[in-house]
Amino acid sequence: MKINTLRRLFFIGCLFYYGIVCCQSKGMVFIEGSRYIPLYGRDSTVVEVKDFEMDIFPVTNAEFLKFIALNPQWQKSKVKKLFAEENYLNNWLNDHDLKSGVNLKSPVTYVSWFAAKAYCECMGKRLPTIDEWEYVAMADKELRDARVKKSYNQQILAWYETPKTYNNLIGENSKNVWGVYDLHGLVWEWTLDFNSVLISGESRKDVDKDSNLFCGSAAIGATDLMNYAAFMRYAFRGSIKARYAIKNLGFRCVKDVN
Amino acid sequence: MNHLITSFITVSFLKRPGVLLFIGVLLFSCANDEKKELASAIDIPVFQEMQAELTSPPKVPRPVGERKAKKLIVDMEILEKEGEMTNGVRYVYWTFGGTVPGSFIRTRVGDEVEFHLKNHPDNKLPHNIDLHAVTGPGGGAESSFVAPGHEKVFSFKVLNPGLYVYHCATAPVGMHIANGMYGLILVEPEGGLPLVDKEYYIMQGDFYTEGKNGERGLQPFDMQKAVNENADYVVFNGKVGALTGDNAITANVGETVRLFVGNGGPNLVSSFHVIGEIFDKVHIEGGNRINENVQTTLIPAGGAAIVEFKVDVPGTFILVDHSIFRAFNKGALGMLKVQGEKDKTIYSGELRDDIYLPEGGGIQSMPTTEEFVEAEVTAKTLAEQLKFGKQTYMQTCFACHQGEGQGVAGAFPPLSKSDYLNADVDRAIGVVLNGLTGEITVNGEKYNSVMTRQNLTDEEIANVLTYVYNSWDNSEQVVTPEMVNKVRSNSNL
Ligand code: HEC
Ligand SMILES: [Cu+2]
Repeated sequence: MKINTLRRLFFIGCLFYYGIVCCQSKGMVFIEGSRYIPLYGRDSTVVEVKDFEMDIFPVTNAEFLKFIALNPQWQKSKVKKLFAEENYLNNWLNDHDLKSGVNLKSPVTYVSWFAAKAYCECMGKRLPTIDEWEYVAMADKELRDARVKKSYNQQILAWYETPKTYNNLIGENSKNVWGVYDLHGLVWEWTLDFNSVLISGESRKDVDKDSNLFCGSAAIGATDLMNYAAFMRYAFRGSIKARYAIKNLGFRCVKDVN
Repeated sequence: MNHLITSFITVSFLKRPGVLLFIGVLLFSCANDEKKELASAIDIPVFQEMQAELTSPPKVPRPVGERKAKKLIVDMEILEKEGEMTNGVRYVYWTFGGTVPGSFIRTRVGDEVEFHLKNHPDNKLPHNIDLHAVTGPGGGAESSFVAPGHEKVFSFKVLNPGLYVYHCATAPVGMHIANGMYGLILVEPEGGLPLVDKEYYIMQGDFYTEGKNGERGLQPFDMQKAVNENADYVVFNGKVGALTGDNAITANVGETVRLFVGNGGPNLVSSFHVIGEIFDKVHIEGGNRINENVQTTLIPAGGAAIVEFKVDVPGTFILVDHSIFRAFNKGALGMLKVQGEKDKTIYSGELRDDIYLPEGGGIQSMPTTEEFVEAEVTAKTLAEQLKFGKQTYMQTCFACHQGEGQGVAGAFPPLSKSDYLNADVDRAIGVVLNGLTGEITVNGEKYNSVMTRQNLTDEEIANVLTYVYNSWDNSEQVVTPEMVNKVRSNSNL
């Protein structure tokens, strides 16, 4: 009780109820942490990911509508320009309705990093780190690390070439071995530290600057294909800023377990 | 594994210091007039602002002529969109301005270009642009890296005259280029290039698809084939047939034609050649040096050339990459149609020995025994037979017998209203199955040439012949795979 009151004070406007639950949180699955080598990361050495829970689906328009209703500072009409550029919620008609043709069960997009972060915090969660996101995203239906499988990479690359997937509904892609849906094939997703791998846009230069970027994959005997699939994600992350609101970019939350 | 990328860096890093060094030389040596002019390009004042005219291939914007240097606004939109590689084959292209190659940019020395690079919100990926005409880090790539739904603005002054490639340099570079992200920017000298009658924009590119050449449906990019440099399509202006038939470029007898030819790659070097023409002038590699009387000019990946020639006789001139299988089997074939009076002193149409013998697409062989792969999709109705037949026709027979079956006088007999064709269906099947040599008479004209045997399945032959028979006033005969098989068994004896 007391804790709740306190939280209300701290997160003004953030009126969602959340408590400390004993078991798996609703709408989330447990991800058992481990050590792995990311494909293309800060230093491409082994990173450690602790146990955490991840949202099964990306956050939908419907969920974000609810959040906004209770947190007017994140409304389209009220949001501070510092925290979201003009495009913010561009496919919404106003603070309460979506434009026609936009589905409630589609992932919310056109959200800035600030807004995504606020949403997750409001739920008592947070945005995943790149390492956490990539860790769960390297799984396919059968394997926790499917990165060397041809089919896994082909599917990702195929998505890059499929236009307008942001119109699709959540949960239409098959779930991975952790029980998580849509990490690939729907929209890009914000990560907490999205800008920690600096890509200047001059790919050739970036590669030259840090030749270690490839070591991770070399060590596990990966194929070109795999690098290319990951490359695109890092390139995308490198091109965005925290206040950007992009048609193709949504988010989901994670939560620490202790 | 990272050779591809590493080698790219090497190239790029060699290039930049080279440019700086070059300018250094220019600044400190005044001996050469031409160089002095270049050195002062930095100081050319700009007058007024102007929106740059951008054109889709094969068109080019108006020449700069006498105009003064200006502040030139270039508005370039990046679009990822599905298009047609060849009949029945779809491909998702990534484009500058909605076309492959991207819009042609025409500037003059001293122009101050304000470049607006817009990444359409529907696009999935970030992109950027590296203009080889830019003196600066990454050719602009660094300042132009733009997320979907955003616009980046950067500016540069064009200092060196020439024809330059621009391309996307976002990781993975090879894939962005392979999907069509390249184009040409022309920097004319003060006063412009000498005026000519016709100017066109052509750019070669190699494409890598998961299915093999001609496989129907939406074909994803195949990374492995790209790394192996094993192209399924090598084409001019982004697709098979972008410059043939109704899309052919044209000129009139007596006119001078200038082609701005680029090569986007990503991998292959082009041996650019126009069958039946000699280039009067070639601006080698798009630079200052001019070579004369050139038959074939080499255009490196990421490079360009300007070729000029006067057309003296009427006819259809075939543009090819003279690495010739690319032309007749992978698509690197275009046409220049020249209209006007014949001049028998330059070319008498009767010397058949001089006729170049192009081959159709698909894999061909001289008559031998062969194994046959059955077509994957079987036509169930006449309509389907006609549809598939047309696709095979466009891929295989079109290069020789032409779009309307009209053939090429003296070289390839017509299939439209062909008495030879309509007289005997088994004979026609035999022609496609086994090839044909020796003198024949079609509609009163004599032909004595070679048609190679077409390596097609019974089903494909049935479809293509049904299509031919049901087009262009022919007898409307329907050919079945069984009929083809019968002729095949008889001729295999
Ligand atoms: C490499 C060029 C080439 C290609 C490709 C080609 N042909 Fe021919 N075709 C010829 C030539 C040359 C002749 C005449 C041969 C001669 O003079 O003996 C000919 C003759 C014919 C004839 C008999 C003459 C007439 O006009 O009726 C038919 C029928 C024919 N071709 C059908 C086809 C079909 C169908 C295809 C595609 C499957 C095809 N050809 C592909 C060059 C070609
Ligand atoms: Cu690109």
